[in-house]
Amino acid sequence: MNLSMKVINEYLIVSLNGELDHHTSEEIRKKVDQKYFNQNLKNIILDLRGLKFMDSSGIGLVMGRYKNCKEKNGDVAIVSTNPYINRMLNMSGLPKIINIYSSMEEAIID
Amino acid sequence: MLEKNYMKLEFISKSSNESFARVVVAAFASQLDPTIEELSDIKTAVSEAVTNAIIHGYEYGEGMVTVEATLEKDKIEIVVEDMGRGIEDVDKAMEPFYTSKPDLERSGMGFTVMETFMDELKVESKVGQGTKIIMIKKFKSLSDRE
Repeated sequence: MNLSMKVINEYLIVSLNGELDHHTSEEIRKKVDQKYFNQNLKNIILDLRGLKFMDSSGIGLVMGRYKNCKEKNGDVAIVSTNPYINRMLNMSGLPKIINIYSSMEEAIID
Repeated sequence: MLEKNYMKLEFISKSSNESFARVVVAAFASQLDPTIEELSDIKTAVSEAVTNAIIHGYEYGEGMVTVEATLEKDKIEIVVEDMGRGIEDVDKAMEPFYTSKPDLERSGMGFTVMETFMDELKVESKVGQGTKIIMIKKFKSLSDRE
């Protein structure tokens, strides 16, 4: 699993590459939260286009970040194009509360 | 038509073994020439079952997790078993979004995912003795071709 993060304005952009499961999500959660709170950021964009696998641990990871952002009056957006990842996201009902985009540009503009 | 085939895998309840287990079962299942979608379904279901054994069965303690798979005709049966604490109320555990560990950011979707991605799901559990998850998937790609 490869994680890269960058900050644009108040947005923390998190790009994930590889397989997201219970094992890898714990490490990612720690690193993302550390950066988000240390730099006092507001919003998070999760770029899932590089994921080859995601189970329900990924849903837990998204829901947890959503909760953190809401507490700071911020928001979470997802960028995802993989049909298997999207199927998992849809099954969880997350699209009802979190916008899913197919490109980073759309996510930032919106 | 493939003759009956069987495999058994045993490993300690470390979360780093989750990817190991799902990749092994997927490689074994590929003998039935599944579609990419069917393979993805199997990998996800195995990952959920093994994660449950590690988090809930052994509660991060050390124990053995067993994964068995049987290929027969156009279907695979997968059994994931732990000898951990067991589930008190299986029906409750299977409710979508229910989690006994909300502090761990679990989505409570494990069993829902297994049910959705596989054709059959059976959960046998005894408190103090462990949990056995039995899942069956039929490969539609094979029956379609015949």
